[in-house]
Amino acid sequence: MSTELIIALIKANIVLGVLLTNTILLIWFERKLVAGMQSRVGPDRAGPFGILQTVADAIKLMLKEQILPLKADRAMYLLAPIVALVPSFLIFMIIPLGPNLNIEFGGENYIVEFVGADLNVGVLYFLALSSIAVYSVVLAGWSSGSKYPLLGGVRASAQMISYEAAMGLALVPVILYSGSLSLVDIVDSQAGNLSSSIPILNSIVSFIPKWNVFPQFVAFGIFFIAAVAEVNRAPFDLVEAEQELVGGFHTEYSGFRFAMFFLAEYINMFNMCAITATFFLGGWLGPTFDNFLPPFLSSIMPIIWLGVKTFSLLFIFVWIRATLPRLRYDQLMELGWKRLIPASLVWLILSAVVLGLREFGLPWS
Amino acid sequence: MFELLIFFLPASLLIIGALIVVFAKNPVHNAMGLVMTLVSLAIIYITLNATFVAMVQMLVYAGAVMTLFLFVIMMIGVDKKEQTSDSIKGQTFLVSGVFLILMSLLAYVAVNSEFSWNLWFPAVEYVVEGTPQLIAGTLFTTWIFPFEIISILLIVATAAAIALAYDSKIRNKDA
Repeated sequence: MSTELIIALIKANIVLGVLLTNTILLIWFERKLVAGMQSRVGPDRAGPFGILQTVADAIKLMLKEQILPLKADRAMYLLAPIVALVPSFLIFMIIPLGPNLNIEFGGENYIVEFVGADLNVGVLYFLALSSIAVYSVVLAGWSSGSKYPLLGGVRASAQMISYEAAMGLALVPVILYSGSLSLVDIVDSQAGNLSSSIPILNSIVSFIPKWNVFPQFVAFGIFFIAAVAEVNRAPFDLVEAEQELVGGFHTEYSGFRFAMFFLAEYINMFNMCAITATFFLGGWLGPTFDNFLPPFLSSIMPIIWLGVKTFSLLFIFVWIRATLPRLRYDQLMELGWKRLIPASLVWLILSAVVLGLREFGLPWS
Repeated sequence: MFELLIFFLPASLLIIGALIVVFAKNPVHNAMGLVMTLVSLAIIYITLNATFVAMVQMLVYAGAVMTLFLFVIMMIGVDKKEQTSDSIKGQTFLVSGVFLILMSLLAYVAVNSEFSWNLWFPAVEYVVEGTPQLIAGTLFTTWIFPFEIISILLIVATAAAIALAYDSKIRNKDA
């Protein structure tokens, strides 16, 4: 066994553990937050502040009977939850969690990249895997052999295809600004503060960090809306509109298979927020307070910064859910195709022109 | 040993997927077999260091094209039984005959040519990492003319599809 393989295995296990614990926290976080916004108490029985409620729910789901509908297509029915879960774990592998680490082990120095895998096509990898996730919804809807899941599946596939396009187009200006498809390079390109050639403006903006969200605020808006739609959260949760579809594509699923869909949804939500933080909010960048914190604490500060940014975005996700009513289906399609995609195309051309002017100057000068 | 596994696992999955596409009775199973083939092919591209091509393969074929296939299959309805009898008399024999002739031709050419049978991973000094920069550099300099021609072709096809689907009578009634 080579060292690289051992490091890769350790990383994969860490990602698994982090994502699973995170989901437990996240579901509790969401339920408490929504409860607070609706003047309720929320879960408060299991553990302090009800924090173990998700664990109890997970145990309950694991012990429940798993029903296989009579008219279900057996192979596809069993495959769908797995297809939902695998891409959600894989996407997290490319999110950089911090700068490279130096680890001394057995008298030798290892440089460990603090990221699952630094791919030179990281952005494409993210888009490819999130498009694979569509299959789980479509297959689950079709294979259940029942009409409510089928309607949910057809709706979901149309929605996810539509918003994927807007999401991909909103990322292109960011790639142009960073000059790389690697997420590690995209984070590195956001280090430092903004600068301006005009002296007065420079003194104002030089306090603001050089995150992509400031020059690319339109792309950020489009990406965030598309991200909410892509993970099927309210107000875009037509996929599982309880009032119309009894529960959507997973109506016929029960027990642990249902839990797998649930898990995948929350991991996808977390991934989407971490990806948004990486693309637009500087990822793990932030002050590490080297001078007055012990070295151990300052070395984990990047993870804390990424966590703070991710959970702020998650707060907005939950806030939107508690505030906005669900869109009608035609409104959803119109927003995707007639507003977001044209807006992202116009913004892409604008940013390309600005970048070109900055790089080459005016064409006639 | 490890490399062997990394090649033969996706390669055998690819062949199984292709067989599912041909022999499965249910259209959804056919489509999923094709997805399996495309994803396995992407894994083989990665082992050949063509990461960009692999990701585009996943994104365009497995992600977009096949989702649309599946969508259309579900909309048309999969409950209809597929026609299993020959629509042209003796088409099974005809197709098998043509297939055999083509395969023997391929075998003949492969045996008689100078083709190297060393199908192992390329030696390390020849490996070129298939970065996006490399592909863009070639695509937008040497192949810029065909690239632009193809983009015009696609726009013509899109415009034609819209023109075919657009019913001016219905539109005017609405307005």
